[in-house]
Amino acid sequence: MRAVSEQIEIPTDPAAPPADSAVVRDALGVGVAVGLSGFAFGVTSAGAGLGLLQTCALSLLVFTGASQFALVGALAAGGNPFTAAAGAFFLGVRNAFYGLRLSGLLGLPRAVRPLAAQWVIDETSAVALAQPDRRTARLGFTVTGLTLYALWNLTTLIGALGASALGDTDAWGLDAAGPAVFLALLAPMLSGTVERAVAGLGVLLVLLCQPVLPAGVPVLVAALAAPVVLTVHGRMARDAEPGERR
Amino acid sequence: MTTWIAIGVTAAGCYLVKLLGLSVPAGVLERPLVRRLAALLPVALLAALTAQQTFSDGRHLLLDARAAGLGAAALALVLRAPFLVVVAVAVAVTAGVRAL
Repeated sequence: MRAVSEQIEIPTDPAAPPADSAVVRDALGVGVAVGLSGFAFGVTSAGAGLGLLQTCALSLLVFTGASQFALVGALAAGGNPFTAAAGAFFLGVRNAFYGLRLSGLLGLPRAVRPLAAQWVIDETSAVALAQPDRRTARLGFTVTGLTLYALWNLTTLIGALGASALGDTDAWGLDAAGPAVFLALLAPMLSGTVERAVAGLGVLLVLLCQPVLPAGVPVLVAALAAPVVLTVHGRMARDAEPGERR
Repeated sequence: MTTWIAIGVTAAGCYLVKLLGLSVPAGVLERPLVRRLAALLPVALLAALTAQQTFSDGRHLLLDARAAGLGAAALALVLRAPFLVVVAVAVAVTAGVRAL
């Protein structure tokens, strides 16, 4: 699931909070568009050999799209459960940082936090963080969370059931859904030179490692691209004379 | 069984990091280096996963219809198509190339 902040209209006059109906409309738009792609996950997961119950458990319990696609991809490739889970987990770590931003904004009572936590993902964060005050942020978070959770799980079920009816899902091109989802999530993140360098090195590492390392491990090796590029970048910035910096 | 272990570990891990973010006092995870790494880690992983699931089949690297589908998805992204359209285009083009 991608960060969709660019689709959300931020009110031009910050003094006037948006009408509730406008918040709900934005939230529904995001929830419905992304919720429907649970279908692609259901089909992909079933095509990867996971059972109906396993596929639905992933959408109900994990509920963070990229992690789910990563996990079924790694399992289909024959990865052991822990390397497969590690890749999925690393992708989920960003949700902790959304939570940090949201906790101050939403001001949730302690008792509600364990429930609200499951909905802390790219889309709900994007909608909530685009709102100017706590009341509209709570409204946006709740409507996006509810719509997306309900639709994502419903379309996962339909997709998983439909996969058997489709027969050979590869013939329908559905094995391209996973990588397309990853690319759509990645694209808005490639704004800077450092980000592009990390992505490029990540691709290089995974393709070099794929033929020689056990399934699941190449993606974890590719994750090293982040600290490596960050270190190199930091060293280059430090080495540059202050006068040479822009 | 292996699959259930992977599902259990992933579900627990992903839920706990979500709850962690809502629960820890701001500032603990706000160190610049931690924030920077947390932003770059998904970039590395998503790029690697895209390449892996497009250009490999098990241990073999190969160029097939999926590459055409991904190229079409990239074009759709450049044209600012919505999320669902990007995925649909990738699927349709991949299927189309295979049917040729």
